[in-house]
Amino acid sequence: MAHDMTADAAHAHDEHHESPVVFGFWLYLMTDCLIFGTLFAVFAVMRNQFAGGPTGKEIFDLSGVGVETAILLLSSITYGFGMISAHQNKVGTMRTWLAVTFLLGLGFLFMEIREFSHMVAEGNGPDRSAFLSAFFTLVGTHGLHVTCGLLWMAVVMVQSMGKTVLSERMINKLTCLSLFWHFLDIVWICVFTFVYLMSVI
Amino acid sequence: MLGKLSWSDIPFDVPILVGTFAGAAIAGLAVFGLITYYGKWGYLWKEWLTSVDHKRLGVMYIVLALVALFRGFADAIMMRSQLALAYAGNPGYLPPHHYDQIFSAHGTIMIFFMAMAFMTGLWNVIVPLQIGARDVAFPFLNSLSFWMTTVSFVLINISLFIGEFSQCGWLAYPPLSESQFSPGVGVDYYIWAVQLSGVGTLLTAVNFFTTIVKMRAPGMTFMKMPVFTWTVLCSAVLVMVAFPILTVALGLLGLDRYLGMHFFTNDGGGNQMLYLSLIWAWGHPEVYILVLPAFGAFSEVTQTFSRKPLFGYNTMVYATCSIMVLSLIVWAHHFFTMGAGPNVNAFFGIMTMVIAIPTGVKIFNWLFTMYKGRVEYHAIMYWVVGFMITFSIGGMTGVMLAIPAADFVLHNSLFVIAHFHNVIIGGVYFGYVAAMNFWFPKAFGFKLNEAWGKRAFWFWFVGFYFAFMPLYVLGFMGMTRRMNHYDNPDWYPWMLVAAFGATLIACGVVCQLTQLYVSIRDRNLAENRDLTGDPWNARTLEWSTSSPPPFYNFAVVPTVHDLDAFAHDKEAGIDTRAAGSDYQAIHMPKNTSAGFFIGMFSLVLGFAAIWYIWWLAALGLIGVIATVIARSSDNDIDYYVPVSEVARIENEHTRNLMAAQAAE
Repeated sequence: MAHDMTADAAHAHDEHHESPVVFGFWLYLMTDCLIFGTLFAVFAVMRNQFAGGPTGKEIFDLSGVGVETAILLLSSITYGFGMISAHQNKVGTMRTWLAVTFLLGLGFLFMEIREFSHMVAEGNGPDRSAFLSAFFTLVGTHGLHVTCGLLWMAVVMVQSMGKTVLSERMINKLTCLSLFWHFLDIVWICVFTFVYLMSVI
Repeated sequence: MLGKLSWSDIPFDVPILVGTFAGAAIAGLAVFGLITYYGKWGYLWKEWLTSVDHKRLGVMYIVLALVALFRGFADAIMMRSQLALAYAGNPGYLPPHHYDQIFSAHGTIMIFFMAMAFMTGLWNVIVPLQIGARDVAFPFLNSLSFWMTTVSFVLINISLFIGEFSQCGWLAYPPLSESQFSPGVGVDYYIWAVQLSGVGTLLTAVNFFTTIVKMRAPGMTFMKMPVFTWTVLCSAVLVMVAFPILTVALGLLGLDRYLGMHFFTNDGGGNQMLYLSLIWAWGHPEVYILVLPAFGAFSEVTQTFSRKPLFGYNTMVYATCSIMVLSLIVWAHHFFTMGAGPNVNAFFGIMTMVIAIPTGVKIFNWLFTMYKGRVEYHAIMYWVVGFMITFSIGGMTGVMLAIPAADFVLHNSLFVIAHFHNVIIGGVYFGYVAAMNFWFPKAFGFKLNEAWGKRAFWFWFVGFYFAFMPLYVLGFMGMTRRMNHYDNPDWYPWMLVAAFGATLIACGVVCQLTQLYVSIRDRNLAENRDLTGDPWNARTLEWSTSSPPPFYNFAVVPTVHDLDAFAHDKEAGIDTRAAGSDYQAIHMPKNTSAGFFIGMFSLVLGFAAIWYIWWLAALGLIGVIATVIARSSDNDIDYYVPVSEVARIENEHTRNLMAAQAAE
């Protein structure tokens, strides 16, 4: 009996240790950041290699991209509201905010795919020139990350169903996804600035 | 239905490959048969393949590395024998199409699947024990990393029998590797195998960095951390910085090939030098990723067998960190001939030479550790001394290559081949073998045979000089690398000497296999068994637990008071191993098959994508995602080892310990 008590105490003690999950996820994000950094560098090298094809100024529709940017930034705020509810253990409210975030993310993705298919239909696909290869790859990699984020969000929403209290593991998952989502926001701001704005001015 | 795949892709017309396939099939069937005969499938599955125990994963990594060594070395022998024959009128026995695949596979396998797997295995076996942790930070990810590495090695070997491998060298330079010049599946095999293994490597680095930063035993500050752990920490940082760049470089090459993009093509505005810059921004740090842990192992071995604390621990740490930083700003020395101009070349040349300073600091530290020490020339020490001589020569030829003007002459010649084998065999391989011999008793509870260890060393050491010194000479004589045939009579005798050296190294490999066999056969002899857990009278924490350690490593997490915690405890007369402590229940992760299945689905995905079998690739991808989600939804992932179980295991160890001490 005495041993069991000690074990329980140890257990409780263990729970208070800071989980390495969030720290590890930060490290992963930094490596992801390097992937984007490299893609930005590649874009910088390729930005004037039009090979007789169109320039950014000719094909980018800034107003559409502006709306995309607004949607994605808004989705970061709604995810933030979701995290606040999660920390207050309001699981239902948390899921609602996540659902709003999910829809915003989906909207962003929809607009991006429409932009891409429009460009491909006009003969300005990624195989047209090195500039377009770099553009599609950089923006597409971001879009792929958003897709993964959406999938992850859906999984977390399903996993939290029927729960009244969020476990530590669940909170960790939500925190990591939150980091991931805000990170994609920051990357997008760089994409908007360095890819779209700088190609148009 | 089967994409590009058809019967004509199976190389029935190449007798070497058919023979290899028959051999591999017979060996595979024999292993399957033996496991079935002894009814060990359940044991293998439950205790090894689904294990998340870092020690078992470490052992499996090293087994993988030895298999890869065998494959890569077979390629090496074929290259050397081809060049000993293919002179003047004789075309040799390997046509260019086959020969080019062999040197590409040799480099790819030796770096990604021999060296990287060996290194990861050593991290796994040693680091958690050395910092007094019970496991790594993310045990499931650890198992996943192992399976990603393993399936990519399987994928690269499938290319032997289905289709072909890349013929573009181990780094697949464009435009040769573009679909315009390499329309076959070889480069796709290369890209998928390296990318999948890269996932494993990156996760391992994240895992070990987190483990070292967050899970050290109480009292172990950064400057009380063993040197090997320091080198792993720096190496993990380099993996996290460099591997994303490799992922992008190969990803872009893949996009060129699969989607007709124009990153590195001749037309459409592509730029091949961009690929070179990216691949070497990974490639140069990569050699330090490999060699830093070897330096760590040399440090541990030298101080143990010199019976002295390491000379200049602080400088060792600073030198390791300087090398880590400097290794990231030297990559352009791989293409001085690109024409970047004298200023760029001078910068990268000088930075490269500067790395020799912290490396020299390390060499002197090891020498001063031995100086006035009571050096015991155990077989393990042979590898250390052999390393110091060989690596210094390799380092000096590296400084020669760092001079841009000299590099213009030596670029792409056999001199370069001699140089990097000089540092990779002399530094990385000797270090890993020393580490394997040193930590083997910790992992298995018995020592490796010393006499066979010495024989292996002498064959490797002498064989190395015979095999690679002629290559320096041939480089000066103007022989370029990757040649399949030559007519120059002056080169011929040197090629014969090199082939002789390769034969000596082959004897070394045989001695190592014999060493393993003899050691396993004699494992129960009293002089081979390690009952104390500390066979070398060593200094760091991993030797304070039993050999092999219990699955939870430490019944009571040790408290660290000083650098070389175990040596400190021994000198202070603190016996942390005595049983009877107040044990507590231990929190441990449960084994899981998720890593195995994610690996297998990735294999399906990679194979299908190589052959354009898109429905199968989709199935593989869905399998990967579904397994990840299933794992994420599984809440039954850990358990507590009851106190009674801990006490039982510890008491047994104490009994062994007492018996061993009584016998002394």
